Amino acid sequence: MANNKTGIAVQGRKHWAKRNRTGLYYVSIWLIGMAVFQLYPFITSLYYSFTDYGIFNAPEWVGGDNYVRLFTLDTEFFNSMRATLEYTFITVPGKVIFALIIALILNKKLKGVNWIRTIYYIPSLLSGSVAVSILWKVLFMDDGFINSLLSVLHIPTVAWLGSPHTALLTICLLEIWQFGSSMVMFLAALKQVPTSLYEAALIDGAKKTTIFFKITFPMISSVTFFNLIMQLIQALQNFTSAFVITNGGPSKATYVLGLKLYTDAFRYFRMGYACATSWIMFAMMLVLTLILFATSKKWVYYDN
Amino acid sequence: MTAKQREIKTIVAYAVIIVVGIVMLFPLFWMILACFKTNNEIFGSLKLFPSSWSFDAFVKGWQTTGTYTYARYFANTFELVVPTVIFTLISCSLVAYGFARFDFRGKNVLFMVLIATLMLPNSVIIIPRYSLFNKLGWLDTYLTYWVPALFACYPFFVFMMVQFLRGIPRDLDESAYMDGCGSLRCFGQILLPLLKPALFSASLFQFLWTWNDFFNTNIYINSNSKFPMSLALRMSIDVTSAIQWNQIMAMGLVSILPLVILFFAGQRYFVEGIATTGMKN
Repeated sequence: MANNKTGIAVQGRKHWAKRNRTGLYYVSIWLIGMAVFQLYPFITSLYYSFTDYGIFNAPEWVGGDNYVRLFTLDTEFFNSMRATLEYTFITVPGKVIFALIIALILNKKLKGVNWIRTIYYIPSLLSGSVAVSILWKVLFMDDGFINSLLSVLHIPTVAWLGSPHTALLTICLLEIWQFGSSMVMFLAALKQVPTSLYEAALIDGAKKTTIFFKITFPMISSVTFFNLIMQLIQALQNFTSAFVITNGGPSKATYVLGLKLYTDAFRYFRMGYACATSWIMFAMMLVLTLILFATSKKWVYYDN
Repeated sequence: MTAKQREIKTIVAYAVIIVVGIVMLFPLFWMILACFKTNNEIFGSLKLFPSSWSFDAFVKGWQTTGTYTYARYFANTFELVVPTVIFTLISCSLVAYGFARFDFRGKNVLFMVLIATLMLPNSVIIIPRYSLFNKLGWLDTYLTYWVPALFACYPFFVFMMVQFLRGIPRDLDESAYMDGCGSLRCFGQILLPLLKPALFSASLFQFLWTWNDFFNTNIYINSNSKFPMSLALRMSIDVTSAIQWNQIMAMGLVSILPLVILFFAGQRYFVEGIATTGMKN
């Protein structure tokens, strides 16, 4: 009897082992795709960054020349890096803080919240869309609507896109305008906070700010963290708005790294050089992400 | 807190929300009205409504001054987007099934690789991808979108569906399997119907992202006859002659209309999709 039982178990185990192997077949769809369209380009990109490579000639090894040139000879590079970092440091915290504040207000059980949430989400639908970039360009033109509004209010008009001081900021505004998806994430996270925690705090007579910093924020910190990292990766690569609205100008004020990379690679066909730029962008991403990770121990709370 | 205080607070909250809402929607509202104005009316004026409503901008914008009308660009966009969405759904759900329901060796490592590729920036791989597609002769075709979708190169959706599958009790499909149902049939007949909300969310997002994508199309697609809307719009502001902004805005509006309609139709799935992936593990 006992023998018989183990026999079935062994047979069963073999059977499951075989079944589990079929799992690998399913996963291999992705494995092939990942290897060909992600891993191979990733490694090749690093290799290209050490070569002189245009699309018409074979890559030719030049060692670290591309990197040396970027840091010593290319006057545009530091400017692009500055524009990219400025864009990132304005849009990422701007978007996340704004999304959090609105989510906190919407989380109060107000009537019609679902409607409002929907309306706030609409601009995010259009993120990266050329149509919205064009709209921004028209709104912020010298004789566009925004300036007309300012002059009626007797506020001096601003050369939003025409001046190097404000052009980048105007593009940042477009990004912050699209805070809806972050807000929806925050709202979902806020709903998950157990009400018992708030009740207990109220019984103890805790202040509002104390409740926010000791209960609400810790409970949604992991979502905040996730949001920050995803936004960071996106912001450092920004391309469409800078390309469509200002095309890098005026005086290269919005010539972000994404745009520089595109121009070098697909206008001048300096592919190797552009790869080096992309790896510096990647390095910036890694450094900023690691900094976030390092600080996360201090402020991100995981309950498991 | 007295009742009065509470009431005041509610009013303040509403006021903030409504003011922000108006500011948020105003640009789009203005855009809609601008499409009915003449080109001159758009600039240097605060006037919201056109002096005379005219569909001229839509008609002329649709026809364009170039070789192709927007009918062509619309059709192109669908030809690019729809197969991409379908391929993504099929491949990503199968891969997610593999990750969520089987315990093969190296699974955890592979899953970590999947998560890592979530953070892989497109800018880093775009140049080698371009030369790879060039060697394969795929440039200027929609294969540049279709094939990566066929091979589940969208880790975001795989991840999202794995999360969703983990929430479905294993007993459901495993007992069917014990009864002699093949693994693919188990998936198709038992899990797929349950996976519907996740499939909806994924298709909405993939539709949206591919529709809006400009960075990739701008690099891969060169001939005017194959331009999707995003490239056509971008081309229209490139002309050297006087730009007819009202026409461009009209076409811009037409290009985002399907997205807005889709959003209102599938709102629930958008919100759920964002919520499931945004939450920790």
